[in-house]
Amino acid sequence: MDEARLRVLTPEVLAALVRRGADFAAAEDAVQEALLEAVRTWPADPPRDPKGWLITVAWRRFLDAARSEASRRRREDQVEEQPEPGPVPDVDDSLQLYFLCAHPSLTPASAVALTLRAVGGLTTRQIAQAYLVPEATMAQRISRAKRTVSKVRLDRPGDPATVLRVLYLVFNEGYSGDVDLAAEAIRLTRQLAARIDDPEVSGLLALMLLHHARRAGRTAPDGSLVPLAEQDRTRWDTALIHEGVTVLQAALARDRLGEFQAQAAIAALHADAPTAEETDWVQIVEWYDELAALTDSPVVRLNRAVAVGEADGPRAGLAALAALDDTLPRHTAVAAYLHERSGDLPAAARLYAQAAAKAGAVAERDHLVRQAARLNTLLREGR
Amino acid sequence: MAKYLLLKHYRGNPEAVNCVPMDQWTPEEVSAHITYMNDFADRLRESGEFVDAQALAPLGTWVRSDLDGRTPVTDGPFAETKDLIAGWMAIDVDSYERALECAAELSAAPGANGEPIHEWLELRPFLTEMPDTVSE
Repeated sequence: MDEARLRVLTPEVLAALVRRGADFAAAEDAVQEALLEAVRTWPADPPRDPKGWLITVAWRRFLDAARSEASRRRREDQVEEQPEPGPVPDVDDSLQLYFLCAHPSLTPASAVALTLRAVGGLTTRQIAQAYLVPEATMAQRISRAKRTVSKVRLDRPGDPATVLRVLYLVFNEGYSGDVDLAAEAIRLTRQLAARIDDPEVSGLLALMLLHHARRAGRTAPDGSLVPLAEQDRTRWDTALIHEGVTVLQAALARDRLGEFQAQAAIAALHADAPTAEETDWVQIVEWYDELAALTDSPVVRLNRAVAVGEADGPRAGLAALAALDDTLPRHTAVAAYLHERSGDLPAAARLYAQAAAKAGAVAERDHLVRQAARLNTLLREGR
Repeated sequence: MAKYLLLKHYRGNPEAVNCVPMDQWTPEEVSAHITYMNDFADRLRESGEFVDAQALAPLGTWVRSDLDGRTPVTDGPFAETKDLIAGWMAIDVDSYERALECAAELSAAPGANGEPIHEWLELRPFLTEMPDTVSE
């Protein structure tokens, strides 16, 4: 059994311990130790019932920890009265763990870290590496998060929207260190979709699949960004696109539209176009209108201006852009692009250089500087 | 081993030999520059001398606590005349001479017309922990 398949069992094992009366924080530590032991011993000695093995070992670790704390003597007595662990019923109440780890009392960074550990089964070290912070910092963030949710009761359903926001954050972190967070977010969203009947969960899953499908086309061999219009579409993963579209269609058929379904619909229209020129921009603008009605987010209106520029021409795009706050992130980059499309190369070159200075990521900055350099080179040669 | 910080400036450093702004290069020159920087960092990783590298946005502000000690006061964005750090690379090397060699290599990254920029970098030694053997 590889590590990924092992980690699938994490929330079920943790839920089993909590069900037997262990408190969440201690149970979570015990499960983490059991996972580490599994990674160590299973290759030589694989168990017949992996889940049962993990629950037994985690429960033993939990009892050891409870015993070693003299101040917890009373709870230990309680624990000792519990029946010995027998065969584990295959009920899955681990869904509550998703809600707990995304609880509104947690900051986004804490919710992300706790979800990756308690639901995802990643080690503190892996999470720290993925977010480029020292391991001790991440350990502290997780233990504070556990303290914050320690009083939350696990018997009430939470709001799926909070879980989706956390998973979306994880997905957008992408890939750094040895953990592929985008793939991890997809795995967790898939698990969630299997446990909960909500079209927005499917919408988020579809959105992730459709974006992930294009990942290979998004970067050049030298690591630089490739804009959507210039991507080699043969490098897109057609199996993932097919799955994403299928998941999305099933969700849309439920007729309970939400923002993730609308975003996924836009991603599906891009994925569906054999060439950039064949993109159905008119329909994309319609989806942005739906999205704007659902969220009223300025970022959505900015993206809508780009789509309008493609559907109705750059002047219409610039008019849509003029109505928006020019301090929005990427506003200048969009203005540069639309000016270039409208034929005003000097303004476009100037705006690309300005946009580069405002960029929030190295790859984005490098891309925008290259655009400015490209236009300035054209302008010099034209003189 | 000793740790050094190589500081790169957007402005405030003495003028480079080949000081054309990046958006006035050709796209190929931009790519060549970025490749050179990445290769340099990769070589330091392979030689076991790399510690950290980060780029900073040119935007930022000065901050201090207000006299009432509650609300922070800002003085920004940075004035055009201010010294402005663009990023850093931290290295862990055997000698000062090796640190100079690394800084020189970084300074020679190609710029406009494919010519080395010869930009001025700041080389700063880290203060270290006091070794136990001399602390008593």
